[in-house]
Amino acid sequence: MLRDITLGQYYPANSAIHKLDPRVKLAGTMVFIVSLFAFRSVEAYIAATAFLAAVIYISRVPLKFMLKGLKSIFMLMLITVVFNLFLTRGTPVFHFWILTVTKEGIETAAFMAIRLVYLILGSSVMTLTTTPNDLTDGLEKALRPLSKVRVPVHEIAMMMSIALRFIPILLEETDKIMKAQMARGADFESGGLIQKAKNMIPLLVPLFISAFRRANDLAMAMEARGYHGGEGRTKMKPLVYQRRDHLAYLSLLLYLVLMFFVNRIGFFAGLY
Amino acid sequence: MNIIKARKIAFDYLKMDEEGKVESRSRAVDDVDLDVQEGDFVAILGHNGSGKSTLAKHINAILLPTEGTLFVDGKDTQDESKLWEIRQTAGMVFQNPDNQIIGTIVDEDVGFGPENMGVPQKEIWERVEESLKAVGMWEYRSHSPNKLSGGQKQRVAIAGVVAMRPKCIVLDEPTAMLDPNGRKEVIRTVRELNQKEHVTVLLITHYMEEVIHADKVIVMDQGKIVMQGTPREVFSHVEELKSYRLDVPQATLVAHELRKAGIDLPEGILSNEELVEALQKAAEQS
Repeated sequence: MLRDITLGQYYPANSAIHKLDPRVKLAGTMVFIVSLFAFRSVEAYIAATAFLAAVIYISRVPLKFMLKGLKSIFMLMLITVVFNLFLTRGTPVFHFWILTVTKEGIETAAFMAIRLVYLILGSSVMTLTTTPNDLTDGLEKALRPLSKVRVPVHEIAMMMSIALRFIPILLEETDKIMKAQMARGADFESGGLIQKAKNMIPLLVPLFISAFRRANDLAMAMEARGYHGGEGRTKMKPLVYQRRDHLAYLSLLLYLVLMFFVNRIGFFAGLY
Repeated sequence: MNIIKARKIAFDYLKMDEEGKVESRSRAVDDVDLDVQEGDFVAILGHNGSGKSTLAKHINAILLPTEGTLFVDGKDTQDESKLWEIRQTAGMVFQNPDNQIIGTIVDEDVGFGPENMGVPQKEIWERVEESLKAVGMWEYRSHSPNKLSGGQKQRVAIAGVVAMRPKCIVLDEPTAMLDPNGRKEVIRTVRELNQKEHVTVLLITHYMEEVIHADKVIVMDQGKIVMQGTPREVFSHVEELKSYRLDVPQATLVAHELRKAGIDLPEGILSNEELVEALQKAAEQS
C-alpha cells in the first residue's frame, strides 16, 4: 500500500514532455494549479480536463500509473467532499436526519474533488516526467536571482533533490519495519485514533533512526566525492531552452487565454 | 612509488558529554604503518571493530589521524588546502549502496563527482561513458538506481568514483550487504579495474574468498596491523587467523586439518583446484 504513492517517482520514457526543460514544466504546473483555483465554471474545467488529458497522453506515462497516486489522497478527498456537502449553506435539496444537502454544497463538493484530483494529477505529470535532479536544477536556475540576497538557492535545491530521491527508499523501509513489527505482534489497524497514533511509535522510532543514519552515510559519500557546495561546480546536463520549450511556453499562454475566454463566456451559465 | 604512506597513525573516537567535554576516548586505530604501492591490489581483513573501516576513512581524509601522519600521493591529509585533491586521488566506495547514490538516474549519479570537480560539460559525458563501460553498466545509464540489484548499484557507485579518475580506490566492505552473485560481480569489476586501468585498490572486507587474488593482505585486530604478506603467506597461519576471529577459505581450512591429521600437504592452499592437485600429488607419493 505504501508503494502506491507515485509522487516523487520518475517514470522513464522518451516523450516530448520528458524532454521539456524543467523550468517549463515548473511554470506549467504552477499555471495549471493556479488556473484550477482561479477559474470556477464548468467550461473552465472542461478546458482544464482537455489540457491535462492532452499532456498525459503526450507524456506516454500510463494513466494507471498516474491514478495510483490518487489512492493516497482518497481519505483527504472524502473528508473534503463530505464537509463541503453538508456544511455549505444555500438552497436545500434534501434532508437526511439532521443533515441538509444543499445545491451549493453539491457544487462546491464536486469542484473541490475535481480540484484535488487535478492538483495531484497535474503535479504527478511533472514529477513523473522530470527526474528530481532536473527538477531541482530547474528550481535552482529559476530562483538564482534570489541568491543575490543571500538565499542559499543551491543548498535548498540539493536538499530537495536528495529528499525526493529518498522518498521511495524510506517508503520501502517503512513497509519493511511495519512488517517486522507486525511479525512481533504490533497492531497498526485497530483501536481509536489516539490508540492508532500511539501504535505508530514502534514504526516511527526505527524509521527516524534509520533516516538519520542514512543521512550521515550520504553526507559522507557526498564529501568523499568532492561535494563542497555550489561553488565551482559544473553541470553535466545544463539547462538551455530549446525550440520545443518556447513552443511549450506558447501553448501554456494559449491555455491561459483559453481559460480566461471560456470562463468569461460561460456557455452553460444557465444551468446553474 | 608509494601512493599511500602512513606513519604511526592513531585515531581516537571521542565520546562527549552534554557540555561537550570529552568523557571517554576509544582508540580505533593504533600505531599503524601502511605502505601501498601504486597499482597494487591490497586487501585489509579484520573482524568487526578491528579498526579497518576507520583506517579506510583516513585515506580519503574523511577522518584525520589523532597522531601520526598520512600521505596520499605525496600530500599530507592534514593539509586542508589539499583536501579536494586528496579526495580526487583516493576515491571511496561505501558499504550501503543505497546511501551513496545521489543521483536519481544512473548517469546523473556517475556525473556527480566530476561536476563537483568542475570538469567541463563535454568531458563529464566522456568520463561517464568511459566509467559506466568499465563497470559494465552502460546499458543501464538511463535507469533509476532504485530498480537495480544490490550488485548493480554497487557497480554504479564504483563507476561514480572511477569517473573522478582517481589513482586509488578504497572500498569499505562493498560486498557486505550483497548476495553471493552481487558479491562476485563487484569483486570481478574491482579486479578488472585494477588489472586493466591499473588503479590501486584497497579492499576492506571480511570475506576471505575475496582476498585470494590480492597482491597483499593486511590483517587488523584491535586497531593494529597484526599480519601482512601475500595471501599465501597470510593464509598459511590458520591458527593465528582464527585467534583474530577470522575464517580462512574453505580449501585452506580442509588442507590445514588434513595436515594436522598427518597428510603431507603444502601450507597456504587457497583454492579448491589447488587442493585437488595437492591431494593427487600426495596420493601418488604414498
